Amino acid sequence: MTWIGDNTALIWEQLREHLYLALVPMLLGLLISIPLGYVATRYSWLANPLVALGGVLYSLPSIALFIVLPAILGTQVLSSVNIIVALTIYAVSLLIRNVIDGLRSVPEDVLQAAVSVGYGTLRRVVTIDLPIAVPVIFAGLRVVTVANISMVSVGAIIGIGGLGELFTTGFQQDFLTPIVVGVVLSLALALVADVLLVALQRVLTPWARVNSPVREA
Amino acid sequence: MLQGFLDFISDPANWSGAEGIGNRILQHLGYTFLSLAIAALIALPIGLLIGHTRRGAFLAINTGNAARALPTLGLLTLVVLLIGIGQVPVIIALVVLGIPPIMASTYAGVSGVDRATIDAARGMGMTGREILTKVEIPIALPLIISGLRSATLQIVSTATVAAYVALGGLGRYVIDGLSLRDFPQMLTGAVLVAVLAILLDLVFAAAARYAVSAGLTGRRRRNRDTKTSSAPAPAGVL
Repeated sequence: MTWIGDNTALIWEQLREHLYLALVPMLLGLLISIPLGYVATRYSWLANPLVALGGVLYSLPSIALFIVLPAILGTQVLSSVNIIVALTIYAVSLLIRNVIDGLRSVPEDVLQAAVSVGYGTLRRVVTIDLPIAVPVIFAGLRVVTVANISMVSVGAIIGIGGLGELFTTGFQQDFLTPIVVGVVLSLALALVADVLLVALQRVLTPWARVNSPVREA
Repeated sequence: MLQGFLDFISDPANWSGAEGIGNRILQHLGYTFLSLAIAALIALPIGLLIGHTRRGAFLAINTGNAARALPTLGLLTLVVLLIGIGQVPVIIALVVLGIPPIMASTYAGVSGVDRATIDAARGMGMTGREILTKVEIPIALPLIISGLRSATLQIVSTATVAAYVALGGLGRYVIDGLSLRDFPQMLTGAVLVAVLAILLDLVFAAAARYAVSAGLTGRRRRNRDTKTSSAPAPAGVL
């Protein structure tokens, strides 16, 4: 317990780095997969190959990707860019399927109604298609976020891993406390992120709550 | 950098012997299949039971979600510090990571079987055991295989990381290369384990294609009218 008291600054720093390494790829993944998913619904022959490619990329072990990327990108092996790019690849490969499924779940009559009242493509996609696709996209986003948060730690093996560095420290010193602290904080971070995403989804889809019995009273 | 990698992987000396690439691949496959088999022996019956009885769904769903949040390196270092260094603690960690995906998708597959189908099977006089083995498992098979597939990928990936806590296998090239600042060696391990993961994924994709009952996939369907037969019978028939 004294170890925790003596190292709060270090723990905070690792927690902050962990959050950064997990959340930046999640946001980048969303920014890439939404336009990509839209293109794939527009040109539907693209959808299956993209989802299949995503499946292959997602099956790559993270540690392998962390090491192969510097050879491709020309970055330093110990650069955090590798972690961010790798986790972004995972995020896109998982989200692309949800974005496509979500955009396809928009009912045809809704699309036609939007077009007939004069919506342009961009305005329709942003204000009609995406909001309707939110539940499906968020299902993927929650998986990506939780998986990213746990995967960041693997980076500690090559020296950049947020809370994962507590695992390597503990292992090298044969000392349980940092490892337990790291595991607990990592689980807590995943839980909090997941709860926040659920809350955000509720805010973004107010119509989903209309039928709740409380509202009817 | 790439040249170094090609030199390393094409050097016959690196392929033979106990520390050679061939042996490392076999070790990696060995850990993977042993852990997968133990995890399946534990997770399949539990998933089937929960799915069949539809009791304890909470357990199946939540362990699946919690396991996704569990940092693998944390679990590995924790288990090794608690039990000691060696293969057994690492295999235990790999089994722990393999159980949730198998259990969750087995449960999802079995509990997702249409109630009307089960009622029909019961109406034909099938016992609970027959319903499970002849109706629920065949229908759930695609999801069960997909659970085994996720578990395998998780285990292959974590077995690589486990070289950090002194396991053999392909991860050794990554960890040993790292401490020697030998990037070509690290890259060799990374590429080999990536290829292994993709190959195993393809094997499961093929298994999912061919292990699933033709009655479900529509392969070799002789009569196109089978589709209408799944609709509820008109009241007059009853």
